[in-house]
Amino acid sequence: MGLKILTEHINVPGIETLEVYRKHGGYRSVEKALKTMTPEEVVEEVKTSGLRGRGGAGFPAGMKWSFLAKPEGVPRYLVCNADESEPGTFKDRVFMEKNPHALIEGMITSSYALGAHTSYIYIRGELLFILRILEKAIAEAYAAGLLGKNILGSGYDLDLHVAPGGGAYICGEETALLESLEGKRGNPRNKPPFPAVKGLFASPTVVNNVETIASVPWIVNNTGAEYAKIGIGRSTGTKLISASGNINRPGVYEIELGVPVEEFIYSDEYCGGIWKGKELKAVVPGGSSVPILPKDLILKTAAGEQRLMTYESLSDGGFVSGSMLGSGAFIVFDEDQCIVRNTWNYARFYHHESCGQCSPCREGTGWMEKVLHRIEYGHGHQQDIDLLVSVAKQIEGNTICPLGDAAAWPVASAIRHFREEFEWHIKHPQEATAPGAVYRGQLAAALA
Amino acid sequence: MAEIKNEVKFSDKALAEIQRYISHYPEGRQKSALLPALHIAQAENGGWVSPEVMDKVAEILNIQPIEVYEVATFYTMFNLKPVGKHVLEVCRTGPCCLRGADQMIETLKQKLNIQEGETTADGMFTLKPVECLASCGTGPMLQVRETYYENIDSEEAVDRFLEMMRNKEPETPEWAK
Repeated sequence: MGLKILTEHINVPGIETLEVYRKHGGYRSVEKALKTMTPEEVVEEVKTSGLRGRGGAGFPAGMKWSFLAKPEGVPRYLVCNADESEPGTFKDRVFMEKNPHALIEGMITSSYALGAHTSYIYIRGELLFILRILEKAIAEAYAAGLLGKNILGSGYDLDLHVAPGGGAYICGEETALLESLEGKRGNPRNKPPFPAVKGLFASPTVVNNVETIASVPWIVNNTGAEYAKIGIGRSTGTKLISASGNINRPGVYEIELGVPVEEFIYSDEYCGGIWKGKELKAVVPGGSSVPILPKDLILKTAAGEQRLMTYESLSDGGFVSGSMLGSGAFIVFDEDQCIVRNTWNYARFYHHESCGQCSPCREGTGWMEKVLHRIEYGHGHQQDIDLLVSVAKQIEGNTICPLGDAAAWPVASAIRHFREEFEWHIKHPQEATAPGAVYRGQLAAALA
Repeated sequence: MAEIKNEVKFSDKALAEIQRYISHYPEGRQKSALLPALHIAQAENGGWVSPEVMDKVAEILNIQPIEVYEVATFYTMFNLKPVGKHVLEVCRTGPCCLRGADQMIETLKQKLNIQEGETTADGMFTLKPVECLASCGTGPMLQVRETYYENIDSEEAVDRFLEMMRNKEPETPEWAK
């Protein structure tokens, strides 16, 4: 069993109440930070920890914090991104549902570090039931003097509010989230200015993922240097992995970064192997937007080294033979899954979720969905595969926000690694559209 | 031009809840409460927001009606047409499909005798396909108001679910209790 920083007490009965949470060491970081540390010292600890943004981009959190502008007389904001919408990702949802105080503790300690006196948790609208859980916990924290004026007699004031979204994947992008929090459509903003300079209400703002913020209390309690000892290289600490798809034990697992992918898939501590005794076909290791990898490339890198659950190892080989850790959404495909159908499904998702602001994304995601639909339903043309590659290439990098890239990568990678399967669909439409039909040629060759 | 009188009325509890959200934001930033206000308005109005309801929201927040329309039409959770008593928001995204979401949706369509986006003749159910609901480890799944129904992975599970819903009144949100 690896070290559990975020989930140690997650299954303790009553942990969602302040009383039980405090009994298990909760809110110690608030006492320590507010009473014995300066905000700058907290920022330094987070920098030393090497903690990287857990929402998907993996940008060093301490560095993001240090970019925050601090003009005199202008309020600063911390906004927690709880808009978890990336297909395959459900770690934040489980975490907040079970242990709301752990996020609130992180919000208080982090807000103190940033000098924010009003902070928001922006949660996706579908999770209104978790908004209620968070609001209940926040009310308890106010009553105990952990929020509001003069927290624990330290002289520091903080108000914390939860705001619901309305159903839009794009609002996970931080500037779209800020627009939404201001009561507008979730259209991402042009950058610069970055939120660190001009964010919520045109004031300096830091936006961090739930898991990032929830990692701060342990760092404050145990020092950044201790946190940096966990994991491998620049992948420090622990990570929540949302494991889904055709496995025996789907769920959220906290791992020390560095666990071998093979162990993660087959060990009973984690995924417990492929369900129904089937073979592994492919994995999307970091959420629907990261490249899909076939069995041979997810277990080992192109150079034949064991693939590890780290930012670096999963991206080894670039997009030619690697992928990304992303948000840690580990989606597993068994031998009976059709890559064409899945790629069409993802393309439909991105078309549905494009905000429509940039034409390459607005039009391109629709074209990709249509072309993939006709291949899946037996009306594809041989030149469609190159057409998809070309459209994906023209979306990538040509949009205001990364949704365009996120839409392009799954299509490009599926064709890169499973081209034969697309060709088979086009050449044998009748066979391919028969109920339950799956192309097995490539897998059979790989297994031989 | 004659003034058009808006007959929409929200309950005191709903108005208080909208005011609570407005109080979370700096002065002059009351528009920030628009998304929560639309959720509340939708719950008040039988699960959808009509133009009149949106106008009422604009009035409460002291913003232009167009500012409400452009937001309500952007976010997928706001229903712009009348819906059934229970709106079944079924997840149709990849990870759920790996565990049988396509079959769950097909079974629901057959049992309810409607297509996606339609409402049953008795007004009981609306079938609304939605994208990933952050429940990928417990798919196939669907949402009705503020509740997730998970692991609906067989015809029997669909039957049990529909039977339960037929005997259930729509949930009352926390603030209206």
